[in-house]
Amino acid sequence: MSKFQFPESIKSRPVYGTLEPRVGKFHLMIADAEGAEAILELAAQDSALMAKSHIIFIPNGTDYGDQLKALNPAQYYEGPSYAASVQRIRHVLANAHQGLQVYLTGTEGLMGQAQNEAMQAGIPHTFIQTEHRGSVARRMQCVHCKGITEDVMTDPFVCSHCGLNLFVRDHYSRRLAAYQGVCIDAEDPGNVPEPVELYK
Amino acid sequence: MSAAPQKAKAGAEQINVKVSAVVPLNDLVTRFEFQRTDGQRLPTFSGGAHTVVTMNDDGRTRLNPYSLMSDPTDTSTYAISVRRDDQGRGGSLFMHTRVKVGDEMQITYPVNLFSLDLRAKKHVFFAGGIGITPFMSMIAQLERSNGNWELHYAVRTEALGTYVDELRYKFPNKVHVYYDDQSQSIPLEELLDGQPLGTNAYVCGPKGMIDWIHATAAAAGWPDAQVHSEEFTAPQPGKPFEVRLCKSDKTIQVGESESLLEALEREGVEAPFLCRGGACGQCETDVVSYDGEFIHRDHWLEPEQQAGQKIMPCVSRFVGASLEIDR
Ligand code: FES
Repeated sequence: MSKFQFPESIKSRPVYGTLEPRVGKFHLMIADAEGAEAILELAAQDSALMAKSHIIFIPNGTDYGDQLKALNPAQYYEGPSYAASVQRIRHVLANAHQGLQVYLTGTEGLMGQAQNEAMQAGIPHTFIQTEHRGSVARRMQCVHCKGITEDVMTDPFVCSHCGLNLFVRDHYSRRLAAYQGVCIDAEDPGNVPEPVELYK
Repeated sequence: MSAAPQKAKAGAEQINVKVSAVVPLNDLVTRFEFQRTDGQRLPTFSGGAHTVVTMNDDGRTRLNPYSLMSDPTDTSTYAISVRRDDQGRGGSLFMHTRVKVGDEMQITYPVNLFSLDLRAKKHVFFAGGIGITPFMSMIAQLERSNGNWELHYAVRTEALGTYVDELRYKFPNKVHVYYDDQSQSIPLEELLDGQPLGTNAYVCGPKGMIDWIHATAAAAGWPDAQVHSEEFTAPQPGKPFEVRLCKSDKTIQVGESESLLEALEREGVEAPFLCRGGACGQCETDVVSYDGEFIHRDHWLEPEQQAGQKIMPCVSRFVGASLEIDR
C-alpha cells in the first residue's frame, strides 16, 4: 500500500488529504511515482473527469504510465524528473483560467514544489488538493548554506552542498517547499548521533 | 472569517469633522463630504473601508456605517453617499433631511472589512444599486497602480444610476451598466467564464445578489476565498427584552426599535464595535446564562457559538425569560 499516516506534529508541518473530484472547468493533476494510484482512484470516482483533465506524471522508476494513459485524459505528459516538468507546469498555469482545479499527489517534495507554482499563478493554497503517496523522503533546506538536499531519508543527514551534519526539523517553508535542516553538532563538532530512518 | 478582532477600546476612535458639501445626486442618493474641524489632514485609508457616522437626532444617538467613496489618498476630504431609506430606522432620513453644510459631526477612523486582495491578477467588481460606493474608492486606489479591473453595475433605472455618468466617462472600457427597468441583467456565468487564473470577484449589493454570485462562482469552480462580499445588516426591530449585565452589575431594557448594542451605549456601558452590521466580530459578547431563544443576525459566529455561547449585540436579539451577558 502506498499510504502512510504521518505522526501529528507542529502547525508548520503540511497536512495532506485525500483527492476528491470537484466541480471545475478544467483539472490539472500532477503526480510522481505511487501518486499515480491516487489519480487512478480519483478517476474511478467520476467518469466525466478525464475528458477535462491534464495529467503530468513523473514515474521515478515506477511503471504506472500505461494505466494513466488508459484513463484517456485530455492531455497526458510524462516527465523524466520534476525539474524537467516544471516548464510545462508553468506554461499550463500561465494559460489557465478561473475554475481550474489542481490535484497534487505523490511525494512531499513534488506536492510542495507544484503547490508553490500553483500559488504563484494565483490559486489560494487552501484550494489546492493534495494526497501523499509513496516515499516519505523529505526535501530539506540547509539553513546554513541554503542548499536543498532532495530525498532525505535519515535524521540526521549530511548536507549535499556544504557537508554539515543536519538535524531534520518539522519546520516547513511553503515558499521553499522544504523542511529546515539545522546543524546538529555546532557546539560539539563531531558529536553526531547515529542516523535513524525517518518515522522509525 | 478573517483575522481575529483586535482588542480595542469601546467603540472606535472618533474624528471631529464638519460637513463641507452636501450634493444631491438623484431622487434617492446624496453625497456628504467631511473635513476635519481642526484643519488637519484626515488619515489615508484603503479602498473598501467604511466609517461610522454619529448622528445626534434630538437626543437620540444614531451610529450608522457608510463606505468611504472618495479617493483613499485624498486626505483633505472624505465622502460618503447615502441612499434614503424611508422604511429604515431613520439614520439615512436624518442625513438627508437634517444635515447641512457647516454642521459639526463625529465619524470614526476608517475600518476596512472589504479590502482588495492585492495578490489578485485581476479584480472583477459586481455592484447593485448603492453597493457602488466601496468600489468608487477601490477603483481610485487601483487606478493609481494601473490595476487590472472591470465593473459590472446593476441599477434600477437610468435616473437612479448613481455615478454611472462619471464612471462611464472616465473608464468607458471597464464599466458595464445594466438597467433593471430595461430587463437587462448581469450575464454572470459568461462573465465568470474565462477569467484569468488568480482573478478575484467582489460583490456589494442586496443579499440575493451576494448569494447568487457566491453560488454561481462556486459552481464554476472558483475558490470561495477569491469571491469577496460585504453585507452590512441593519439591526432589525423586535420585541423589547431585558438583559442582565454581570460585569456592570446592571439590568437593562432593550427597546423595540433599538439594538442591544445601542441599549448598552445608552446605559453608558463599555461596548466595543466597528461595523455595527454583524460583519467584523468586534462586538462579540459571551453569554453567561439564558432561558429563551436567540435571534442571531450576524455573519460572524459559528453555529455552535450561536447555540448559547455568544451574541453579537450590534444586530442580534433575544426572546425569552432571562438573558445574562458578560458586559
Ligand atoms: S460591531 Fe461588527 S459585528 Fe458587531
